[in-house]
Amino acid sequence: MTGRALAACQVSASYGSQRVLDRVDLHIAAGETVGLSGPSGSGKSTLARLLALLHRPDSGHVSLDGAAVTGTRHQVPVAMRTRVAILFQSPRAATDPRLTLAEIIAEPLRATGTPAEQARERTAELADTVGLTTDLLTRRPHAVSDGQLQRACLARALVHRPAYLLCDEATAMLDASTQAHVAAVIGEYQRRHSAGVLVISHDAALLARWADRVVDLS
Amino acid sequence: MTTTDPLLAVAGLTVRFRLPDAVVHAVTDLHLDIRPGELVAVVGESGCGKSVLAHALLGLLPRNATVTGRALLRTDSAGSRSGSAGSRGGSALARGGDGAAPVDLLACPPRQLARQVRGRVVGLVPQSPATSLTPVRTGRRLLVETLRAHGHTGADAPVAADRLAVDVGLDPADLDRYPHELSGGMAQRLATALALAPDPPLLLADEPTTGLDRPLVDHTLDLLRRRCDAGAAVLLITHDLAAAQRVADTVAVMYASRIVEHAPTEALFEAPGHPYSAALLDALPQRAFRPVPGHPPMLTDLPAGCAFAARCDRATPACRVQPAFTGIRAGQVACHHPLERAELCAEVPA
Ligand SMILES: Nc1ncnc2c1ncn2[C@@H]1O[C@H](COP(=O)(O)OP(=O)(O)OP(=O)(O)O)[C@@H](O)[C@H]1O
Ligand code: SF4
Ligand SMILES: [Mg+2]
Repeated sequence: MTGRALAACQVSASYGSQRVLDRVDLHIAAGETVGLSGPSGSGKSTLARLLALLHRPDSGHVSLDGAAVTGTRHQVPVAMRTRVAILFQSPRAATDPRLTLAEIIAEPLRATGTPAEQARERTAELADTVGLTTDLLTRRPHAVSDGQLQRACLARALVHRPAYLLCDEATAMLDASTQAHVAAVIGEYQRRHSAGVLVISHDAALLARWADRVVDLS
Repeated sequence: MTTTDPLLAVAGLTVRFRLPDAVVHAVTDLHLDIRPGELVAVVGESGCGKSVLAHALLGLLPRNATVTGRALLRTDSAGSRSGSAGSRGGSALARGGDGAAPVDLLACPPRQLARQVRGRVVGLVPQSPATSLTPVRTGRRLLVETLRAHGHTGADAPVAADRLAVDVGLDPADLDRYPHELSGGMAQRLATALALAPDPPLLLADEPTTGLDRPLVDHTLDLLRRRCDAGAAVLLITHDLAAAQRVADTVAVMYASRIVEHAPTEALFEAPGHPYSAALLDALPQRAFRPVPGHPPMLTDLPAGCAFAARCDRATPACRVQPAFTGIRAGQVACHHPLERAELCAEVPA
């Protein structure tokens, strides 16, 4: 396959002796939104984590814009790592309770040594994009709702303008309006940057509405 | 719907959080009655105050919270309802008999809440179970201890634990795992089993289906419905409109800390009366998939009058005055210019 894409090529993965993925292929081209469905336990999240370079497959490989990736996130160059971002279902599990929402959004910028003033501007811009009002930015996770915290996680995921965004049930715990809003923000981002997006969901109506095509993993 | 007296009557519930430089208006002047056998769903946008409502009723708010209003819980009902799964003569509070005075959950001393009310009379299925389960005990120990504390014998409790596990859709073998060994969805089911174990007459379920896939979501919802049909009252707090539609008798729509409409489920989904309810339904992927335009107001800086005005295409100068809402009876709308059923039907081509 040619062109810019994030792809899983014949990947297999297991937990202990239980095989959850068996030589699976998945191709997310730049500019397209792929839906991924499948029953609980069918390996959707495992596949997303492989694509996000959080784990390595037992066999097969992940390819990023044509090049096979050999290591996990920490082992690959920053420029490669920041091309793929992932958003999880539970924002509580994905954030440090000691940080304010502004600090959570700016975390990846600090990690790459962005000057403070520039980081502040980018944080404010992203907070606005995801619809977080300014009074929330100085609060810590315990003092905001789940939906508000998930918006902060989305802002954090977009901070480095990833070429690929993987959403693992990322709107499952959101109300209908916040879900439609998050989908619209991601859709707008995807069009503007010609990004590739993976949407994992068990909600068929949501995938039908949001994704260009749907892959079923069962 | 039943015509019996409410089991819980919430009147004027108001919660404020003090922050260093602001006050959060999390719940404002909220009225809600719930009767035995009734399942009331509370829906609304993220951050509108749904969880705070549940936590206020359980006395579980953090220290920076101030609570006013009343939440009267009838205490003579637990033992008197019939047909309830595993009814064992009710709770300590219920033993007061038919003449027992109601308890005001908002004025109840913390010790009484902890010992006699929480768990026993008012069960909570929490929103983030992973953080609320004791990490050093297996699911089985947690469940058996809870069952024994609520009247099951040593011999009977393990059997009841297995039965409850199956009820909530867990493999009984999974009970032997520690909470950190459970997936989010499994932890959610364990938390549900723990809340159901004492067979409380009132159940507060705050997003009880988080992390579950659709078949398990439906399974859990139907389980709550069955508890209702057996005489319990259930307050289901959910962001999931489809969940509310599946099992609720009535739905209360919350916006910016207030209930703005409370209607029978079918009426709400077919012909919402409040412009916000209509906009929220429009956000569903099955409908327009269009977010409610604009953003909810900051709860630290609410406008005078109707808080939805800035996002509402029906707003007029009259909306600068807070619309009245007592909400005791389902079917009310807090709006100066509510939508009419006929008007909505007119938009649908015949
Ligand atoms: N301890 C606290 N201190 C200050 N503000 C708080 C605190 N806890 C909650 N809030 C605020 O109170 C409001 C209501 O929060 P709540 O958790 O009830 O929302 P929710 O309706 O349950 O949202 P979600 O659907 O996202 O769970 C939010 O604006 C939140 O930021
Ligand atoms: S009171 Fe006015 S602003 Fe508020 S919802 Fe009704 S019409 Fe809209
Ligand atoms: Mg909540």
